[in-house]
Amino acid sequence: MPRASLLDPQGQAVQHALHALGFTSVGAVRAGKHLVVELQAASREEAAARARAMCDRFLANPVTEDYLVAVETA
Amino acid sequence: MRRVAVVVFPGSNCDADTLDAAHAAGSDAYYVWHRDTDLRQADAVILPGGFSYGDYLRSGAIARFSPVMQAVAAHARAGGEVLGVCNGFQILCEAGLLPGALMRNARLKFLSRPVRVRVEATDTPFTRAYERGEELTVPIAHGDGRYVADAETAALLEAGGQVVWRYTGENPNGSTNDIAGVCSAGRNVVGIMPHPERRNARVLGGEDGARVFFSLEARNATQHAGDMRAVDGRHLRV
Repeated sequence: MPRASLLDPQGQAVQHALHALGFTSVGAVRAGKHLVVELQAASREEAAARARAMCDRFLANPVTEDYLVAVETA
Repeated sequence: MRRVAVVVFPGSNCDADTLDAAHAAGSDAYYVWHRDTDLRQADAVILPGGFSYGDYLRSGAIARFSPVMQAVAAHARAGGEVLGVCNGFQILCEAGLLPGALMRNARLKFLSRPVRVRVEATDTPFTRAYERGEELTVPIAHGDGRYVADAETAALLEAGGQVVWRYTGENPNGSTNDIAGVCSAGRNVVGIMPHPERRNARVLGGEDGARVFFSLEARNATQHAGDMRAVDGRHLRV
């Protein structure tokens, strides 16, 4: 997700379109990416730790993005 | 004659123009494939423009893990000259060899047209043949060209004279402080969004970009630029 302090023109464009469609109660919109990563792990904690390592090293750019990790079991 | 390595990633598309521009300036330029780990004793390395790995995930995010990038990082750490143009600039930022990042243009459109930039720093290996304050016309061709850095980093860049090129008149992409190009604190790594290799001959509409490549060959000018820096007090971070 782009950092809140940075201009997010995509989120703004979506917000304008929502207003135009009559969803006038919509406040700020931010547009980011959703990645689904399948992996084998012994526990949810281990899976989350590995996912965070992936985000820190590669999947998210710390200069521009914040990330959130959620674990689901298959 | 300097040895100039032009790195080719899958999806690079300005590699041939960049090689030609370096040849035209008198350099011994050659390609290095992104899987290679040897820069073959390059004096300078150029990461050309294009769309490495289709810009997937983020522009430059995947290319920065290509095998050749370890050699590029080692070359940069040893003080070697590195230039990133457009996608090359994005790759250098993703690799942490330059501060900041490049995000989607503020108006969300891919822009391909000439823009005006002002040369803000001539004490880099790729701008030493320019005059400080000189204005140039060079083309941009990018969708993710909005340079961003947090306030602290931007202030450091300004204080350290690390802004190399700045858009003048109109800022096409909404970049922080109208930044079009920056250099590292050591000044040997430079990234610019506009394409100097597309404007290095009259037949291409102008020659304003040619001196980026001539700068590499202008060894005598280095000394001169060094003297100017000393007068200016701007060399303190070198």
